[in-house]
Amino acid sequence: MQKLIVSPAPHVHNNDSVRKNMLLVIAALLPAYVMSVIEFGWGALITAAISVAACVLFEWLIAKFLLKETPVIGDCSAILTGLLLAFNLPSNMPWWIVLIGALVAIGVGKMSFGGIGQNPFNPALVGRVFLLISFPVQMTTWPRPLGFAGSYVDAETGATPLALLKQAVKNGDSSVLEQLPSLWDSFLGVMGGSLGEVSALLLLIGGLFLIITRVITWHIPVSILATVALFAAVTGWCGALPEGITTAEYVALTLCTGGIMLGAFFMATDYVTSPMSNWGKIIFGIGIGVIVMVIRTWGAYPEGMSFAILIMNACVPLLNKIRPRRFGEKKK
Amino acid sequence: MSTFRIGGVHPQENKEFSAHKPIVDCPLPKKATILLAQHIGAPAVPVVEKGDKVLVGQLIAKANGFVSSNVCSPVSGTVTKIDSIVDATGFRAPAIMIDVEGDEWLPEIDRTPDIKRDCTLEPKEIVDKIAAAGIVGLGGACFPTQVKLLPPPGKKAEVLIVNGVECEPYLTNDHQLMLEHGEEIMIGIQIVMKALGISRAIIGIEKNKPDAIKHMQELASRVLGVEVKPLKVKYPQGGEKQLIDACIRRQVPSGALPIEVGAVVDNVATLYAVYEAVQKNKPLIDRVMTVTGKHMEKPGNYRVRFGTPITEIIDFAGGIPDHSGRIIAGGPMMGRAISNLAAMPANKRLSALLFMPENESRRHEPSNCIRCAKCVDACPMGLEPYLLAQLSARQDWDTMEKHDVMDCIDCGSCLFTCPSHRPLLDYIRLGKGKVGANIRARQAAKK
Repeated sequence: MQKLIVSPAPHVHNNDSVRKNMLLVIAALLPAYVMSVIEFGWGALITAAISVAACVLFEWLIAKFLLKETPVIGDCSAILTGLLLAFNLPSNMPWWIVLIGALVAIGVGKMSFGGIGQNPFNPALVGRVFLLISFPVQMTTWPRPLGFAGSYVDAETGATPLALLKQAVKNGDSSVLEQLPSLWDSFLGVMGGSLGEVSALLLLIGGLFLIITRVITWHIPVSILATVALFAAVTGWCGALPEGITTAEYVALTLCTGGIMLGAFFMATDYVTSPMSNWGKIIFGIGIGVIVMVIRTWGAYPEGMSFAILIMNACVPLLNKIRPRRFGEKKK
Repeated sequence: MSTFRIGGVHPQENKEFSAHKPIVDCPLPKKATILLAQHIGAPAVPVVEKGDKVLVGQLIAKANGFVSSNVCSPVSGTVTKIDSIVDATGFRAPAIMIDVEGDEWLPEIDRTPDIKRDCTLEPKEIVDKIAAAGIVGLGGACFPTQVKLLPPPGKKAEVLIVNGVECEPYLTNDHQLMLEHGEEIMIGIQIVMKALGISRAIIGIEKNKPDAIKHMQELASRVLGVEVKPLKVKYPQGGEKQLIDACIRRQVPSGALPIEVGAVVDNVATLYAVYEAVQKNKPLIDRVMTVTGKHMEKPGNYRVRFGTPITEIIDFAGGIPDHSGRIIAGGPMMGRAISNLAAMPANKRLSALLFMPENESRRHEPSNCIRCAKCVDACPMGLEPYLLAQLSARQDWDTMEKHDVMDCIDCGSCLFTCPSHRPLLDYIRLGKGKVGANIRARQAAKK
């Protein structure tokens, strides 16, 4: 008889792991990624490859030589950060800017706080916002979706639907409305934009996959999407929309363009930087929805998803004061 | 389909190894070691001396106080020693050692298989008989049963909730008991209802035991006030508070007992023991236990006399399977891993012996908490296990108390579900011990 192994109960585990969760999120992102490869061609492939490779490499180097601990890149979280960072970049991004983004995302956003689980802000968004402020021109010039016919280095660029929408709503300029993609195109994702922002449909499918496989819960995405839709609808009901666009169209375009879907399902739901209790998650989502719409409607940037998520990330320690309802606790 | 409303997890059931195996009597041991603390509360006090001859069913140790329990001899023979042994968890435990000679029973015990339906005893007499028989909750907690039947002044029982859930993976002893002795359990239910002066009982059974649900429903249809409630499969539904919530949608408040919401909970095996004690004069001297494992030669449900060394039970069930890495006394979620096979006799608490293969025996290496909140979603008490574990690591006992650590029921759902494999419950248990000691010290200081 060999030695018996002892430890306190429970003696079984559901075999879930960090790696499994990260791989499921990566799998959920793949359909949308395939779509952007079809639309943006080489640019989508090169940008994502650089971003993922750089994130993994930087995490390994920093853990090994700066923190002097065993690197845990096997958990695949750096791959996910790299992929999400790429999803937030235009596909014709010069390679060295992508490298800087990856270094800031992993180095500043994640490892400086002690690695996985310790960072207060979503690392991919830290990288993206750093690039947006440092390289505003490159970060806001999006190539047209021309597939592999387009060139990586000097792609033909065009305004995104969001910028057009903002121009129309803020300045009451209805002449740009005809440049907007059709509702159907924006839902499928045939339009310009950051690498991973284009196909609302495929991101939605990926998000639902994550909810069904219990990687994430519904609270954050639903509260974000509901808040954004309500905000857009109220804008319409108040008569703030120019001629030529109905409230329903505006709501639909708002939900399908820019980073709303990507942010709601994949960025805001990042485990480390979102609240623990269900009510905390709902308030977190509502906060993101309100901030993103305030920025989109009145702010200087056409899109505010990354700022909205980062601002709400900062509120997470506060939101974690909200306790889940205890067993046997009386409803107040 | 009903279930409890907060948290819960779905471990793999693995009940197929021993399910539907008829109950088999395990042979008598040559030497029996009978523990004096087989229940919650003070250990029983021996009433026999070295050299005394005892019969099966004879009282050998008396309850010591209100929350304590009698111990009756499970074997006949000569008392050889009254001493303490080091039990399987490494603690010293007082015990009576008996050399077994034959199988002589007290004459008043009715050993016929006839079912005796009518009970003419008064409630007080029923409770006294249950107390004399040394019956404790056989679901796992081993709380003396007679104490539950005497609600404190001002509290009134309304409904008896019968625990036929058996939510622990692998375990099948209660399932088989319901199939083979459903009728006796039903009589036990009526006896307890009479003792409590109530007219309603609900039997909670998870729907992974459809034959038991059907059998008990048929039996219940002939008895007024007793109903069977099929429940959705979810762990830890067999927890007292969770079962009450699942059956009558009332939640026992923090720190309170089930009687607070008018409920008394008893396990099916306990009610079977009540039947035997009240109707057949047979004290609690044996129980049905599951002996199982993925590679077990003869997994099954065995009726075992208390005091039988577990090595003999294991041999009877075909021996320790090859490549076993961990042996568990009880279920895989709440049982204890045994470190020393020689030291453990069967007792009222031992509901199962489970053999885990070597490759499933080791815990995974823990990594950083990623704050995924899966432990918060899993906790059936609505606690925040990640936070309690952090506070415990920082030895911040006062804050742990404010975050209701004493509500933790030790079910293990948090550790079971943690993708980072963090030893959450180990930390929480540590804190519970410290906070409990602090609370007791405060109460002592007040007096």
